[in-house]
Amino acid sequence: MTPEHSTALATPEDEMLHPVLDPGIEEHVERYSDADAAVGDRAYKQVVLCFGLVPVLAIAFVVVYFAVPADFTARLLGVNWHVHSTLLGLTGGLAVLLVGIGAIHWARQLMNDTEIAEERHAASSSDEEKNGFVEKLNAGIADAGVHRRGLLVSSLGGALGILAVPAVVTLADLGPWPTAAVRRETIEKTIWADGVRVVNDNNWLPLKASDLEIGQLVNAEPENLRELHGAAYHNAKAKAALIVVRMDPNSIRIPESRRDWQIGGILAYSKICTHVGCPISLWEQQTHHLLCPCHQSTFDLGNSGVVVFGPAARALPQLPLRMDAQGYLVAQSDFTVPVGPSFFERDSRNDFKDGDQ
Amino acid sequence: MMAKPAATAEQAEVLETHAPAPAGPVKKLGGPAIWFDERIGLAKLGKASLRKVFPDHWSFLLGEIALYSFIVLLLTGLFLTIWFKPSMGEVEYHGSYQLMRGLAMSQAFESTLQISFDVRGGMLVRQIHHWAAILFMAAMTAHMLRVFFTGAFRKPRELNWLIGVGLLSLGMIAGMTGYSLPDDLLSGTGLRFTDGAIRAVPIVGTWVEFFIFDGEFPGDAIIARFYMAHILLLPAILLGLIAAHMALVVYHKHTQFPGPGRTEKNVVGYPLFPVYAAKAGGFFFIVFGVLILMGATMSINQVWLYGPYNPAQVTAGSQPDWYMGWVEGAVRIMPGWESHWGPTTWSWNVFVPFAILMGIFYTALGIWPFVESWLTGDKRPHHILDRPRNAPTRTALGVAGMTFYGLLWAGGGNDILATQFSLSLNSVTWFLRFAVFVGPVIAFLVTKRMCLSLQRADRERVLHGSESGILVRSQIGGYSEPHVPISVDEAFTLTQHRQYTPLEATPTEDEHGVKLKGPGTVSGLRAKLSAWYSGYDVAKPTAAQIAESHHHGDEDTPALPH
Repeated sequence: MTPEHSTALATPEDEMLHPVLDPGIEEHVERYSDADAAVGDRAYKQVVLCFGLVPVLAIAFVVVYFAVPADFTARLLGVNWHVHSTLLGLTGGLAVLLVGIGAIHWARQLMNDTEIAEERHAASSSDEEKNGFVEKLNAGIADAGVHRRGLLVSSLGGALGILAVPAVVTLADLGPWPTAAVRRETIEKTIWADGVRVVNDNNWLPLKASDLEIGQLVNAEPENLRELHGAAYHNAKAKAALIVVRMDPNSIRIPESRRDWQIGGILAYSKICTHVGCPISLWEQQTHHLLCPCHQSTFDLGNSGVVVFGPAARALPQLPLRMDAQGYLVAQSDFTVPVGPSFFERDSRNDFKDGDQ
Repeated sequence: MMAKPAATAEQAEVLETHAPAPAGPVKKLGGPAIWFDERIGLAKLGKASLRKVFPDHWSFLLGEIALYSFIVLLLTGLFLTIWFKPSMGEVEYHGSYQLMRGLAMSQAFESTLQISFDVRGGMLVRQIHHWAAILFMAAMTAHMLRVFFTGAFRKPRELNWLIGVGLLSLGMIAGMTGYSLPDDLLSGTGLRFTDGAIRAVPIVGTWVEFFIFDGEFPGDAIIARFYMAHILLLPAILLGLIAAHMALVVYHKHTQFPGPGRTEKNVVGYPLFPVYAAKAGGFFFIVFGVLILMGATMSINQVWLYGPYNPAQVTAGSQPDWYMGWVEGAVRIMPGWESHWGPTTWSWNVFVPFAILMGIFYTALGIWPFVESWLTGDKRPHHILDRPRNAPTRTALGVAGMTFYGLLWAGGGNDILATQFSLSLNSVTWFLRFAVFVGPVIAFLVTKRMCLSLQRADRERVLHGSESGILVRSQIGGYSEPHVPISVDEAFTLTQHRQYTPLEATPTEDEHGVKLKGPGTVSGLRAKLSAWYSGYDVAKPTAAQIAESHHHGDEDTPALPH
């Protein structure tokens, strides 16, 4: 079969393809509601009943709106129902539904259901129309004078094209430009610094090494987070959130380079997943595994936070800890690598890899 | 007669100045109708469209559900904007939901609580809006599958298919920006994911992130910006695309399923006024009514249980709305691959299952009509729909795509699958890592075989009739089941489709050794793909074979009735 660039509708050739000739539209079969006047009358009553119930329900809706206290709740079928909202929805929803059911019942049972045929017309124009179009196009081109002065169109095109540049440039202030200097102050930095106390995420009390038992995990924040408010607070918290965990030093692997980042098996890791940045929270005490509930990346906190399962690619950054004079846990510095999900300009050569010393 | 002077208009009987009054309750247009007719030609419009024919089939309702849920989204969305405050400014909650009094939260979340608990009907409208969004996406997806499997995207409807793909992808973004607005813990977690996914894009990711979020995550601009996109930019584009989609449906006239009297030149069905208007109009109220009942009785997105966004908290089982589930699943089952080249990080583990996957998926959908026409060499317009079995490779590809999508979707709930069915999370994930590649291949093969079997069954049915259900014992003891002829209507329906002969490769050079190119030439590769695409069809019976089976007809092979 050769490809056919036909724009017309079915050709006689198409008809040849039919081993069984088109018998024409099937005979119309009478409905019960046509054949039996009683059935038709019943359908008629049903339709009117549907429409007739709508005003009743609409009035009920208004009554509910004003009469039922908005904060009223009731317990039914083991569920707490917001009564006002539920009753509004039931009355309003049924009213709207009945309009639809009535209309469709009418259409299906009472309106003439004889199918009719309508001719299709080709989407394309006739040759005459095409020629007429080309003729008018040429007349317009001639009127515009572009035939003799060729630069008119190209200069207009260039002029319109270049207007995209100022339009796009106005969007340059959508946000700060993440240049190296900006990145160093934003996504590559947290508010952890030497001497910043580690405080409990719930009660803001500073953590003491002696408070932590083996196997215990505490969600923590830097104490200086409380000085911030609004967006600065959220931005800082989204990077500084910390997991402090105490494990038996004999059951975990502490590399030589990180020997003095911990105090007797108390280690601190970034709580922000290196995958797409969810706060990691599911702690398996026996295996020392920490699982992210968003995409199930699993990190081994007993092995410098390396990935043991899931889509994350990099170990959780570890925060170097020490004890201050009063026995409280404090940071030695900021994280040594950027926390959170990857970005293109991130230099990931210094991240901890399984087996590093 | 010839010499008679020309009659004046008043005298001439043949030149009637007034058409005879139409039969029916409306004798002539009057009042406002005339007012409009004199300004916009109302009567012309009405005459052309009032009795326009629309074919009837349940599957044609899927697109209508999408349209109507979009209208419900506009109506309920308008209501919500009256109270919603798209601000990340921090406030202390003093509303009527006691469990959160005194808590610091954004104005966006506070106003969401206000709509839910302090605006009468607000909870209901919020829930209708969310359910309508879920239904909008579901109906669009189902509608797209219907259009795909019946070949309704073929010429002349390729542009409308492209508009549909645009609607589907934009609908997803509209939904995503919408469920991000309340600024509760779940929506904030979703935003965190969006941020991580955007910044993982090589080279430009960080710039896009900073430009969208006005700096680093979460900042204080994203809710206001998403709000603009959600209530202005995206609805405007969606509305424009929907208008174009509808206009093209009217211009092309609706496709119809094969059947007696249904040809490529006509459309058989009910007139717009009154039948289709009543059915379609009534159906709007049914969709709206069901959505209201859902909003009344089925709680959704209970933000008051999640609490305000806190970047240090997340709940187990956090999941996006269903239409993002397949992307979520791809992100979950993707291995942790990342390249560290010099001072740069190439985050394949996020970039591939997010941006690349969606790019490939929507591109594949968009180009399919053109690929198929290239494979079959068919440039004809089509108004009669395919029965899916009669396009076996397309149907098999569609089911393979659905399998791929479904397995990714399962991946989006790998934790739920693991906990509900007491499976190892790691095993579920590892299974899916392979299944997303193997599953579609199996689905393709099985579906194609099923389609070909169904073609064979159709052929049998046309040639030998249908089983009568009566067993006859012959005099010598043999049993047989006589077949009864099928109706001409059915025989026509089963045989009216076009079967393709695979394209054959044309010579690559002419007799002078000059390379041949251009339309009409078929490369060897295209010929092979064409054979793969349409070379396995079970030939439908020819008129001669049908006549033959009639001629030699015994009780096993009865002929067609005349």
